[in-house]
Amino acid sequence: MTQVPQNLKYTEDHEWVRTEADGSVIIGVTDHAQHQLGELVYVELPDAGRKVARGDAMAVVESTKAASDVYAPLAGVVVEANPALASQPELVNNDPYGEGWLLRLRPDSATDLAALKDSTAYTQLLAAGD
Amino acid sequence: MAHQTPLYADHVANDARIVEFGGWDMPLQYTSALAEHHAVRQSCGIFDVSHMTVVDLTGPDSTRFLMRLLANDPGKLKSVGQGLYSCMLNDAGGVVDDLIVYRLGDNVYRIVINAATRVQDLGWMARVADRDDVVIRHRDDFLMIAVQGPKARELAAPLLAEEMRAPALALRPFECVRHDHVFVARTGYTGEDGFEIVLPVEAGIALWRALAAAGAVRCGLGSRDTLRLEAALNLYGQDMDAGTSPLVSGLGWTVALEPADRDFRGRAALEKQIADGITEKLTGLVLEDRGIMRHGQRVLTAAGEGIITSGGFSPTMERSIALARLPVAASGSCQVDIRGVLRKARIVKPPFVRRGRILVDDAPVQK
Repeated sequence: MTQVPQNLKYTEDHEWVRTEADGSVIIGVTDHAQHQLGELVYVELPDAGRKVARGDAMAVVESTKAASDVYAPLAGVVVEANPALASQPELVNNDPYGEGWLLRLRPDSATDLAALKDSTAYTQLLAAGD
Repeated sequence: MAHQTPLYADHVANDARIVEFGGWDMPLQYTSALAEHHAVRQSCGIFDVSHMTVVDLTGPDSTRFLMRLLANDPGKLKSVGQGLYSCMLNDAGGVVDDLIVYRLGDNVYRIVINAATRVQDLGWMARVADRDDVVIRHRDDFLMIAVQGPKARELAAPLLAEEMRAPALALRPFECVRHDHVFVARTGYTGEDGFEIVLPVEAGIALWRALAAAGAVRCGLGSRDTLRLEAALNLYGQDMDAGTSPLVSGLGWTVALEPADRDFRGRAALEKQIADGITEKLTGLVLEDRGIMRHGQRVLTAAGEGIITSGGFSPTMERSIALARLPVAASGSCQVDIRGVLRKARIVKPPFVRRGRILVDDAPVQK
């Protein structure tokens, strides 16, 4: 059963977003996405300081079979990328909402965040896709 | 609607993720493509390859027909039970398909060709046969299982009919043996030892389940692709096709220009290519930067540009490897254009991995 934690926001492209106390957001790919991708063997993340617009291809996750872009769910500036993924890309498969986070972003505007899906809407999206 | 093999229900019951491949619904992987890959390198894996096309040739002209059809020399099949890898070429010298042909008797042969190319292959064979007295029979009444890995033969042999066990274990690479309707060849597409077994459907389903019960790991197309890439075994449609010559596809060793009077289809075109000079080769790349090389990416070398025909992640080497078509003079370092970023790679002589061993220089990846 695919996990969809209630405390996160989601995109149609199967990314999750969690707001931190300092106003920055942590971004990752959902359990559904990691399952669809298959076992990841390489993750390419942007450098800290890079500005991204909403919808930009900001990261690449590659499984044994294919490469897939990860799109920025919000406009902002990259604060840090998950350093563990360079040597352990499988963390995204094993713990997509925890150790397998991709990057931390400082969003340009809080209104972008409000436009993301909540867990109920994302669960409905997954159900409609089945 | 894609075809399904008789093992489809078993695949689904074992949680296979199904993908369409060459018009067939096939397992991509069961629980883990990486675990399946390592099982074949270290122990034993089984693959449902029933989507591949088995064709039997009979009739007094079947040897004569093969002499014209194949770029390799069927005359090398000196005795019954021998097999030969070959391409069949079009008149421009392009590869119609690659195949293995086995000699089952005098003027009796079995050919195994690819799934996606079945219709065009059978059409081409019929054209080449012309007025030869040869019967080309597509055997869709069989199931085909590949048992691969260092423990494959010892695991599979006890599950064969008693009369077949000793002969199967005595096979040398590329030899085959047949008893009743069960055919066993010491061949494969992984770079490991093992058998490919062709047999009637009911017996095949029973054998598949017995192999799994004996400890063989069910493997899907995902691991089949990473295994064959490490072993540098070409994939038709990717590393070569109807528009490419075997001489620029790493398959020159399979082209038999001797005897000089054997007039096979594509021969004149190959001779012209040789006279004009071969300018490209298919060779191996190991990525020295981080990233994954993929089919279609550009390669920049001191001798000119080339292209990756197959690329991916090597689970055994834990880095990206590729087959690439490059200028013949290319060697040493090169760069690969991975989505707009030039990454450093090294040109190596394939294969990368065979029989569980890494065969190319395996310096650590630069972080």
